Amino acid sequence: MFKQLADPARRSFSVFIDGAEVSARDGETVAAVILRAPPHIARHTPVKETPRAPFCLMGVCFDCLATVDGETSVQTCLVEVQPGMKIERPVGKLRITL
Amino acid sequence: MNSRHDILIVGAGPAGMAAAIELRRLGFAPLVVDEQSAPGGQIWRDVERPRPDALRNALGPDYAAGAEVAGQFRASGVDYRPGTRMWHIEPGLRVFLSQAGKAFVAEPKALLLATGAQERPAPIPGWTLPGVLTVGAAQILMKGSGQIPERPVWIAGSGPLPILYMRQLVAAGGQVAGYLDTTPRGAALRALPHLRSALRGWADLRKGLAWMRALKAGGLHIEKHVTDLVATGTERLEALSYRTADGKAHRVEAEVLLLHEGVVPSIHGTLSVDCAHVWDEAQAALRPALDDWGMTSVEGLYVAGDGAGIAGVRAALARGRLAAQGIAARLGREAGAAEVAGARAELRAASASRGFLDAVFPAPGSSVEIPDDTIVCRCEELTAGEIRAAARIHRGGPNQVKAVTRCGMGPCQGRQCGYTVNRILASAYGQSQADVGFFRIRPPLKPVTLQELAALDEGREAP
Repeated sequence: MFKQLADPARRSFSVFIDGAEVSARDGETVAAVILRAPPHIARHTPVKETPRAPFCLMGVCFDCLATVDGETSVQTCLVEVQPGMKIERPVGKLRITL
Repeated sequence: MNSRHDILIVGAGPAGMAAAIELRRLGFAPLVVDEQSAPGGQIWRDVERPRPDALRNALGPDYAAGAEVAGQFRASGVDYRPGTRMWHIEPGLRVFLSQAGKAFVAEPKALLLATGAQERPAPIPGWTLPGVLTVGAAQILMKGSGQIPERPVWIAGSGPLPILYMRQLVAAGGQVAGYLDTTPRGAALRALPHLRSALRGWADLRKGLAWMRALKAGGLHIEKHVTDLVATGTERLEALSYRTADGKAHRVEAEVLLLHEGVVPSIHGTLSVDCAHVWDEAQAALRPALDDWGMTSVEGLYVAGDGAGIAGVRAALARGRLAAQGIAARLGREAGAAEVAGARAELRAASASRGFLDAVFPAPGSSVEIPDDTIVCRCEELTAGEIRAAARIHRGGPNQVKAVTRCGMGPCQGRQCGYTVNRILASAYGQSQADVGFFRIRPPLKPVTLQELAALDEGREAP
């Protein structure tokens, strides 16, 4: 869906989306990485379980919510990607274990 | 961890940075918080990053100019906390914030909201499909991640931003499949009375015209006065259909569609503390009522930048300085008369072409029917048909419709549906959009965890 322009000054590293290794670069957001990695979605909604992808990239739509390093419902467009980050795409309602 | 600053600035875009720089110059020590990880706001997002020449040139000089302001902001020595969300404001100015999962409270004597703008929701059938984004989102991806659509992209909407983004995208080596201009017929004619004032901002208008000429010379496919835009697909965007000015229906395959129908002030903060607002007819949006310094009807609460009404980056810098000067005077230190006059003159000059732009790119009004199957509330997945059905029974306005449908109760708190509900109800009730108004905004302004809340009371940090 999206591709990176060449930028040799940026360091590349791996992150994991649902366990699959994906290449990321310094300074980009988790949402940007999601838009490069098929199937390009952040989650299936809690209401009707329809697929959603990052939409506004500026923190006002909440369609890019995903689980990042164990923290649920993170606005991935506001979080810079870090080496080794583990991103999980939620499906439906979150199940809370007490 | 609680802040002891006398002045809190929320937002480190042009207005927030300009205010901070001016307050530092006047001898104050404000705290600046911002959601992003770097200063610049959306317009100058990630502006400090060194870039390859090709990308820097593609983004253009107006973007690059932000680096100087960000540099002054950093050099001012201001206390700046990036990655910090504001999630509640209480009367008497207690402001609740969170940074890295830790909540804290600020009790400033003056609060400046420089939270900018967001794109006006552009609801069409299928706009929740993966593959549909906003034009602003695509531009942010280019600035922050050096990322562009893989294949020729469809762009639909109206306003200066699609033109700027297309120019930047093409310069960076991307391709536009087509520009579906939804600006209604006759807008240019209605803009003519504003032209004289706009000529004082001639440089900006000429820039826009030059970009459009260059895009056309490059073979850009443009359709004017497009209506009935629909995005279709099952798991993702697969095709678009639309109607052109000659009445013909078209269908094209598409992987990415970018939407844009202008920008509106970010008003959740000021609405949440019941600041007085006015309905701006020309921009079809609410903005807080402000005095000459940017102070709202709530004592000590100021707004600067596009949150005060859409006026662009130059005006945002001037409004930031004016708000800083107003706050300084309030705290007993007058800025020089020449500095104040300079900021006012700059604001006037920067606003010269706004009336023309508002008229040339009008917001879709309540007369434009949103199809029943269009999702209005992206969070609760409610359609225009469902909102209309509720409006037929419940005549009490947006809050009643919200209560019976859950529209606007999801995590975005009405940011993506508020103005659409306003349009639908205006049409259903036969009222003006100004009379229908907006949802009542309740805390939290942004989601906050129980852990953060629990740790607040004793002023200790969350575990």
